[in-house]
Amino acid sequence: MIVATPRSRPWSPYLGGALAGLLVVLSVFLSGKYFGASTTFVRGAGFVESLFSPERVAAMPYFIKEIPKLDWQALFVVGICVGAALASQLSGTFRVQAVPDSFAERFGGSSARRAFVAFLGGVLAMFGARLADGCPSGHGLSGTLQLSVSGFIALVCFFIGGIITARLQYKGR
Amino acid sequence: MDLWYGLFTGVLFGALLQRCEVIRYDRQLGALRLRDMTIVKFMLSTVVVGMIGVYLLFDLGLVKLSVKAAVLGGVIPGGLLFGMGWGLVGYCPGTAAGALGEGRLDAFWAILGMFVGAGLYAEAYPALKAGLLTWGDYGKITLPQVVGVNHWPIIAMITLGALLLFRWFEKKGL
Repeated sequence: MIVATPRSRPWSPYLGGALAGLLVVLSVFLSGKYFGASTTFVRGAGFVESLFSPERVAAMPYFIKEIPKLDWQALFVVGICVGAALASQLSGTFRVQAVPDSFAERFGGSSARRAFVAFLGGVLAMFGARLADGCPSGHGLSGTLQLSVSGFIALVCFFIGGIITARLQYKGR
Repeated sequence: MDLWYGLFTGVLFGALLQRCEVIRYDRQLGALRLRDMTIVKFMLSTVVVGMIGVYLLFDLGLVKLSVKAAVLGGVIPGGLLFGMGWGLVGYCPGTAAGALGEGRLDAFWAILGMFVGAGLYAEAYPALKAGLLTWGDYGKITLPQVVGVNHWPIIAMITLGALLLFRWFEKKGL
């Protein structure tokens, strides 16, 4: 039997985005922090590696530049997870799902296949984000809203790269 | 105190991303397949409100800017590579954390991959720093500096451009 769960309708992306804009302004005003996420993955990777070989991590130039520690941004990323969990529970939209709908439609319901693609994409995306010195938060939002040249170039390149792989996967659909 | 601000800001941002469905794979790929512009509407709305607010406070001397250097050897190949990975994973670093929060198990693999990618970059960094990252370094420049005008005309133009784009999206049902 299918039990109908009350699912609230999504909010307007214009309203949500504008509220997120106010949140950025408030954050910059109160704590001087612009949104960003990808540096946290560097610090996290450095932390995990330092459990195995602390001397090696301490000598690596990139981990000297981005010291593995708990900072504003790490808590910001954890907060995104917590906020999404709370909002999805309260709105009845929490859903345990291993394969997204459109992926399943195109490539079938194999969760191993989706896990592999997600993992591979994650590796490439993060390597690229660090080379670019930012992700859609750091460059796409924080960079462009400060009118920084690097932010606009990065954002355009993000979409060009993304459209290419989306095309390759979903061609003709 | 910084940590609490980070957590609190993240919780609010995550809730907004979740309620607008911006953290979903289907929405992110929808934008890259040019058929569902939800995430673009969200991003541009954030940028428009954010730039007006931040520059208003900046003019009043209440906030500082934090501009990243435009190093073309890093930002162009890095941006393209990020994009190609993004088209596969369907989450960006921030939204992957949100997707995990709303129960998407594939986001776990995405996040694991992102940690591995960050680790690999740390290995490659000394070589990249001596090579690719020395190409086309224009420093911490902004559009107003490049064009040689005050920031407000640029902000007005971007805002107008975003509004026209929004109108076009709604007309096309994207």
